[in-house]
Formats: sequence, structure tokens, C-alpha cells
Amino acid sequence: MADQFAALIIVVPLIASIFVPVIGWWKKRLCYPWVVAVLVIPLISSLSVLNTVMTTGKFSYRLGGWAPPWGIEYMLDHLSAFVLVIVSSISLIVAIYSKKSVEDNLPEKTVPFYTLFLLLVTGLMGIVITGDVFNLFVFLEISALSCYALIAIGEEGAPMATFNYIIIGTIGACFYLLGIGYLYIATGSLNMADLANILPDLYHSKVILVAFAFFTVGLAIKAGLFPMHVWLPDAYCAAPSAVSALIAPLMTKVAAYVMIRIMFTVFQPHFSVEIVPVFVILGWLSVFAIFWGGIKALAQTDLKRMLVYIVVAEVGYIVIGVSVANRMGLTGAILHIMNDAVMMACLFLVVGAVLYKTGTRDIHQLRHLNKKMPFTMAAFTITALSMVGIPPACGFFSKWYLILGTIEAGQWVWAAALLCSSLINAVLFFRVIECAYLKPMEPAYAHNGGETTHEEIQRDEAPLTMLVPIVIMAAGVILLGIFSGKIISSVIQFAVPASF
Amino acid sequence: MDVLYSSRPLWAVLVSMIAAFLILATGEKNRNIRESWTIMAALAKFLIVFSMVPVILQGKVIEYTIVTFYPGLLLQFRVDAFGMLFGVIASSLWIATSFYSIGYVRGLNEHAQTRYFFAFAMCLSSTIGIAFSANLLTFLVFYEILTIATYPLVIHKESNEGIMGGRKYLAYTLTAGCVLLFAIAMIYYMTGTLDFKAGGFMTGSGSSTVLIMLFAMLIFGFGVKAGIMPMHEWLPTAMVAPTPVSALLHAVAVVKAGVFGCLRVILYVFGPGLLHDLGIWLIMAYIASFTVVVAGFLALGQDHLKRRLAFSTINNLALIVVGAALLTKSSMTGGIIHMANHAFMKITLFFCAGALHVKMHKDYVSQLDGIGRQMPLTMGAFAIAAIGLSGIPPMSGFISKWFLCLGALEANQIIFLFVFMTSAMLDVAFFFPIIYNSFFKKPLDDVAPHFDEAPMFMVIPLVITALLSIVFGIVPDAFFRFFSLTSLAVQNIMGVG
Repeated sequence: MADQFAALIIVVPLIASIFVPVIGWWKKRLCYPWVVAVLVIPLISSLSVLNTVMTTGKFSYRLGGWAPPWGIEYMLDHLSAFVLVIVSSISLIVAIYSKKSVEDNLPEKTVPFYTLFLLLVTGLMGIVITGDVFNLFVFLEISALSCYALIAIGEEGAPMATFNYIIIGTIGACFYLLGIGYLYIATGSLNMADLANILPDLYHSKVILVAFAFFTVGLAIKAGLFPMHVWLPDAYCAAPSAVSALIAPLMTKVAAYVMIRIMFTVFQPHFSVEIVPVFVILGWLSVFAIFWGGIKALAQTDLKRMLVYIVVAEVGYIVIGVSVANRMGLTGAILHIMNDAVMMACLFLVVGAVLYKTGTRDIHQLRHLNKKMPFTMAAFTITALSMVGIPPACGFFSKWYLILGTIEAGQWVWAAALLCSSLINAVLFFRVIECAYLKPMEPAYAHNGGETTHEEIQRDEAPLTMLVPIVIMAAGVILLGIFSGKIISSVIQFAVPASF
Repeated sequence: MDVLYSSRPLWAVLVSMIAAFLILATGEKNRNIRESWTIMAALAKFLIVFSMVPVILQGKVIEYTIVTFYPGLLLQFRVDAFGMLFGVIASSLWIATSFYSIGYVRGLNEHAQTRYFFAFAMCLSSTIGIAFSANLLTFLVFYEILTIATYPLVIHKESNEGIMGGRKYLAYTLTAGCVLLFAIAMIYYMTGTLDFKAGGFMTGSGSSTVLIMLFAMLIFGFGVKAGIMPMHEWLPTAMVAPTPVSALLHAVAVVKAGVFGCLRVILYVFGPGLLHDLGIWLIMAYIASFTVVVAGFLALGQDHLKRRLAFSTINNLALIVVGAALLTKSSMTGGIIHMANHAFMKITLFFCAGALHVKMHKDYVSQLDGIGRQMPLTMGAFAIAAIGLSGIPPMSGFISKWFLCLGALEANQIIFLFVFMTSAMLDVAFFFPIIYNSFFKKPLDDVAPHFDEAPMFMVIPLVITALLSIVFGIVPDAFFRFFSLTSLAVQNIMGVG
């Protein structure tokens, strides 16, 4: 029974997504409970899978009973089980949260929204679980296509942003597909484990080198790594709140996961490190990503846009961790996949709640928010501190391992970039905190209306379906920090390739 | 060394953190209940901390591991004599400050009192965490929490000045935090351990260039909070905070955490032996001496009373660092005991400044003519503490100055003797005019010629701390066993080094 959980993770949301239109046609308001109920199953399944992996080691699941390398194989090791838990838990949280946001923004489009939502989640989890490079491409496209549609139903300007995203996203997918094609020509196999066995003899073949280059570029586009990030800010920013809260934490992280998969599982670590200088390039690109994202974020007054640029910088964090190619760095990168997913989810959820309640995302319009929405703002502050890297919140620990990794690799500039990034984050977030918690500085914001500050401010907290997910995420930020040692010793250290 | 495993250090940290959330939950409506949480937490914290003193004095250490992240990388408390000293200072003075705070915020009818007491309790929690940290990582964790917990207190007034002060404070301390993070990661990479060890653990772990760079980074990181020049700029600016904050945090907890960190680095990470070999102890001592003298001169020029006290704080903190940097037995004793002595005297001075502010709304030295007739208790306490800081017996400042001077002689560095003398002279120069003006000059028009003191909540704490600084001058080992703890700490360090 236990091994069937692997299939449930994909099958349940996929089938359920087809039922959403049926249910919506019957009774529209049942879509929401249906989606929430459905998404509980992948979470339970992936927790059970993680548990199995932790006790008995990695295992594979043959879809339809077909033996690999011909059939599709689901590969469940520490890394994929770990990322599955992240994806399934965050998608459940966002689904719970989506109720008011959807009712408010997209009353007409509830049914397509939830259908696509489930498809997107299916795609993301499929990418993580599969052990077949072509199957991965299929899931990549499922998630991408549903994501395009979800973004396009967003606010004004969304169609244009989506169009940009479609063009560049498709180019990325094409690069990835070309990479698969080259590998298939050279090896005749699409199964990851099989490829890993065959490839070492071919490492000096030009075809393989080109395939590797295609993979790298394709995935860098999908992950939004600088300078291939141009599609990301507009698309994520224009999306509806519930959608941004799902894709901002997960899409780029899943692409980063695939990057780790391709570079360290399909190819041997020593190929990626010694034969191709890809990590030097990626590492330096990440440095630029961190600074570019940070500086662009500084220039924004729209809270959501600011966060979106921070996503660009955070991708840099993870890729730096991959690029140092040592145990500490990769531990930091995998830890940061989790931490950043939780932090970003929390921040985007807060922005959605603030938008829902106040109708604005302008940083300067947030005054008195600490009185109006004390819990939401407390969650925001906790997460902001985590982004700055204040212990015991989780952001500190991933930064710590990433810096240890850069030190071990002797990449001082990368370490400096990580440190500078926390300072930039400090400026970014304390700017928001000042605006929300404190009286405005007199001359600067006087145009916001000179009403007296002594008026009684009524508490006007976000609805419970929004507040509960936000509070859970904020608690997660602290708890994941405190228990990061446990997570590393029981999961992440086995997810890092043994040769490191 | 005997190790006793006990969760008492953890409870000492947690008690005020729990209280902080109770304060938040109680809120403004039930302010008496809210304040009782503060008082109860302060008393409980002190009792827990103080209950560990006898064990420490037997030469044992108390250990408690919170979590292990990685081999050699863990959050752990280890209470030794040096940490105990700091813990006792902070927790005992928190009691005084709690009462004083209540008088202060109610006297001025301050806004956002819940936030104020919440942040205060969090600060104390992290201060005790710093005091009891067993390794650099734990230290850094609590050090960063302290940075953040202090921020709401610095910006408490929410005026332009306050917000700017807060920004400056964060800019300095968060940058320092980043540098520390890097240096600590580097040390972990080089040695595989971060545990404080009396006499240091860095010997032979890297080339001298790397070690000197690491030392500089650590001292920079901790020196920011300790106000060592040129990283002192935030401290006078942060004086915009309410006076109890300046008193406890900017004279005792936060800046002392910085000094405590510097001393941990000098004595427990690098150690006297290694610093002698690297030859940087003398440079360190010169830099700190520069701060001592220059801060003294700058204090002379301040008319704002709290700013003058802030520069005096910078001056005294640097004295402590000089004491440690001279690396002799007496100078260390002088430096470490001065942490305690300075804390009691400086908190008295700040309490007095706050009492003047609440009662008379006077913040400037030039406004204090004749005020001693109206507020004899406050100004009397001020005089005692000021005289003490100048190093005149029988106040406790004399004890520390005496050991510091002995230490300069032991180290064969006569020049530091002059530094200490100059500093004492400067103390006299910037404190005595205040005492003279307030007692012997003709009162200003708005000063009542009869007895009219600040609220008792404020006067009693400041009288007690003033009296204690006399007691510690006569019996340095009284009540809190500061002297025994200091000599035990020095013994541990010298025994190895």
C-alpha cells in the first residue's frame, strides 16, 4: 500500500482537476472545499513517502508496472520526497487561502481558476517526482501552460505580461527539450538512473556537452536566473494574489530542483564540476542576480513588485549554493529551497491579504496597518526578519550554510554578495515596517493627507481563511529555523550527492 | 572542569521571553497586570540567574544544549564565571529598571507602552542568552535578536529624529552582524569548532595574516555595539530613546553585550598567548585608548545631558577593552570588574537624567543650576555616581581604575597609565561642573527652592544603585560576588594562557 502513495500524489489532483468543472457546473461554491479536500491527499501521501524514504532509503515506483528504462519511473529519494512535501504543503495552504481572494477578484472565473490551480499543482509535483527526463518535460509544460492561463486572468496588464512569459517560457522549454533530444540520440534512453549509468563513458562527446548546455540555459530561464529573468517580475506581479502566492514560492524553486537533479543525478557531480566550467558562470550570474534583484526591489514602491524582484535575488541564493558544488553549499541551497518557499509564500499571502483589506499595495499607504491588521503585520515582520537573516528564523540558517559553502570554495565575492544581500533586504523590509508601524516622517509623506494621528483605529483583520494560512506560514518560518538541524541531519544530508 | 547539566540557563532566558508575550497579550487595557508581568519576570530571572552563582563559584560550569545543527555547530548554553558576571549585572539591574520604567512611562504618559515593555523583555532575554552562550554561533544568534529587539525602543518616540536614529542604529549593527557571520563561518571552517575556551582555541589554525584579519572582523563586529571609535556614531544618536532604555540598554545590556563580545574574542577565542604571538594586542589597546581619550574630550563639548553620558559610556567601554587588551592579570581583573562597576554607576546617572526629564523637562546641562536644592536625592545620587566614575575612593570606580593602572604597569606600558589618568581627569572635567552647578549655583527661576522630587518609582531605584556603587567600592565582593566571579574568570584564562 505504502508505495502506491507515490502515484496518488500525481493521480489524485490530476483526476480531481477534471471534476472541478463538473462540480462547478452543479454548484459553484463547492469548488473551493473540493480543491482543499483534494490537496490534503498529496500532502499526506508525500509525508508518507518522505517517511518511507527516511526509514528504508530511496525507492522507485513503476507507473503502470512498466519496467524502466522503457516505462516511466517515479524516483523517490530524499531530495524529491523533501521537495514534494514542500510543494504539497504550500499548495494546500495557498488553496485554503484562495477563497476570499477568488471570490473578490475572479467571481466569474472560479471554476477555471480551480481547474488550472489543480493542474498547476499536478505539474509541479510531477516535475519533482518523475525519474524520466521526458516525462519531466511533460509536467514542466503542464505546469507552465496552466500557469500562463492563471496569470493571464490577473489584473490589468496581465495578458501582456503573460505573453512575454509564454514566449520566453517556451524558449526555455525548447532548450530543455533539445537537451533531451541530444541525450536520447547519444544514449537511446530517457530514464534518469539509466542515463546516469550510460553517460560517464560519453562525457567528452560534443553532443553531450551541447545537451548539457541546453539543459543549463533552459532551466536557468525557467528558474528566472539573471539575465534570463526578464519575464518574471511582470508575470508574477500581474497574477491574482492567490496565484502569485503559489507560483512565486514554488515555480522557481522547482526549476532549481530540476537543476540540481540534472547536474548531480543525471550527470555525475564531477562532470558538472570538472569537465564544464558551468558553475563558475552560474555563480557569477547569481551574484548579479542578487544585486540586480536587490537594487530593482529598492526602486519599487509597490509592495508586490518589490517582493517579485526579491524572488529574482533569492534564485541567486539557491544557484550560488549549487554553484559552489560542495556539501555545505548544496545543503544551504536545498535548505533555502524550503526556507525561501515558506518565506515567499508568507510574504505573498500577506500582500494578498493587505490588498484584499485595504485595496492598495503602495508601501506609503500602509500606515496604521499594525493596528488594523496586527496579526498579518506580525507575520510579515517575522518573515521580513527572516529574510534579513535574523536568527532563529529560518533565513539565517540557509544563509549560514551558503556562506560556509562559499568559504569552502574560496569564492569570497560570492560570500560578500550573500552578505550584502541581507543588508539590502534589511533596507527593503525595514522601509516597509517603518511605513506600517510608525508615524510617517513629517515632511516627506505629508501629501498623504494631514489627518490627525490620534483617531481611534479599528482593528480590521483579514478573514480567517486568509489569516490562518498566514499565521501558519509565519510560525513555520520560526519553527523551520529552530529545527533546521533536525531537517538537515535526517533529510538534507542524504539528498546531497555522496561524493561531496 | 566539572560540568553540571541543568536547564536553568534556558529558563533564565525564557522567563522574560514568556513574559514578553504575556505583556503583549495583556495589552494596554490592563496596564497594572501588564506591569506585574514585567516585575515578576525581572524577579524570577534574577533569582534563577543568582541561584547559579554558588555552583559557578565552586569552579563548576553549567551546561545546557538546546539543539545541535551539525557536528561542532550547536546552540548551547555554558555558564562560566565571566558569563555569570554579565548575567548577574544585567538581571539585577533589570529589576531596578523595571520599577523605574513604570515610573517613567506613566510620569510622561508615553504612547505604545505595551510595545515598549514587550521589547524591553525581549532585550533582556537575549542579553542573558548572550551572557550564557557557550559558543560563537549561540552568541551571534542572541546578539542579532538583541539588535532587533532594541530597534523598537530606539524609535519609540516615532519622531523624525527617532526614526533616523533607528535607521542609523540598524545600519551600524546589521552591518556588524554580517561581518560577524562571515568571520564566525570562517572560524568554523578553519577549526571545526566555535566553543569558547578560556585562553582561546584558535592557536595554530591558520596563517597569521588570516588570524589578524579574523580578529579585526570580530572586533569590528562586536566593537560596533561597544561603541569603539570609529564605530561609535550610532550610540549618541540612539540617545533619542526613552531614558530607561538608554539606562539599561545603552549603558548596560546592549553596549555591554558588545564589550562582552570583544572580551570573549580577546580572551576566549584568540586568547592572550596567541594575541601576544600575533603582536596585535598592543594595537588593539592603542585603538581603544584613542577612543578613551577622544570620547572624553567629546563629552566635554556636549550640552545635552544624555549625549554627554553617552560619550562617557563610550569612554568607559573602551577602558574595559583596554584592560582586556593589555592581557595581564590585573588589567583583566580591572577591565572585567569595571563592567560591573560601570554598569551600576552609569545606570544611576541615566536614571538621574530621566528623573530630571520627567520632573522638570530639563535635558541640558546648562539648565541644571541650583536644581540640587529641589531634587537632592536625585542629584546626590548623580554626584555619587559621577565621583565614582572619576575613580575616586570609596566609590567602586576606584577599584577598577586601581587594577587597570596596576595592569598597565605589569604590562610595562607606562603610556596606558597616562591614558587611565587622563580619562579620570576628563571624567572630573565633564561631571563636576554639573555637580557644582546643581548644588552651589543660584537656582533658575523655575526651580522650586524646596524639596520636590521625581516620582518615588524613579527615585528609589536610583538611590539604591547609587548606594550599591558605594558598597561595591568598600566591599567589592558584597551581595553579588562580583569580585569572586571576576577573579575566577581571570584565573581560568590565565591558568591556560
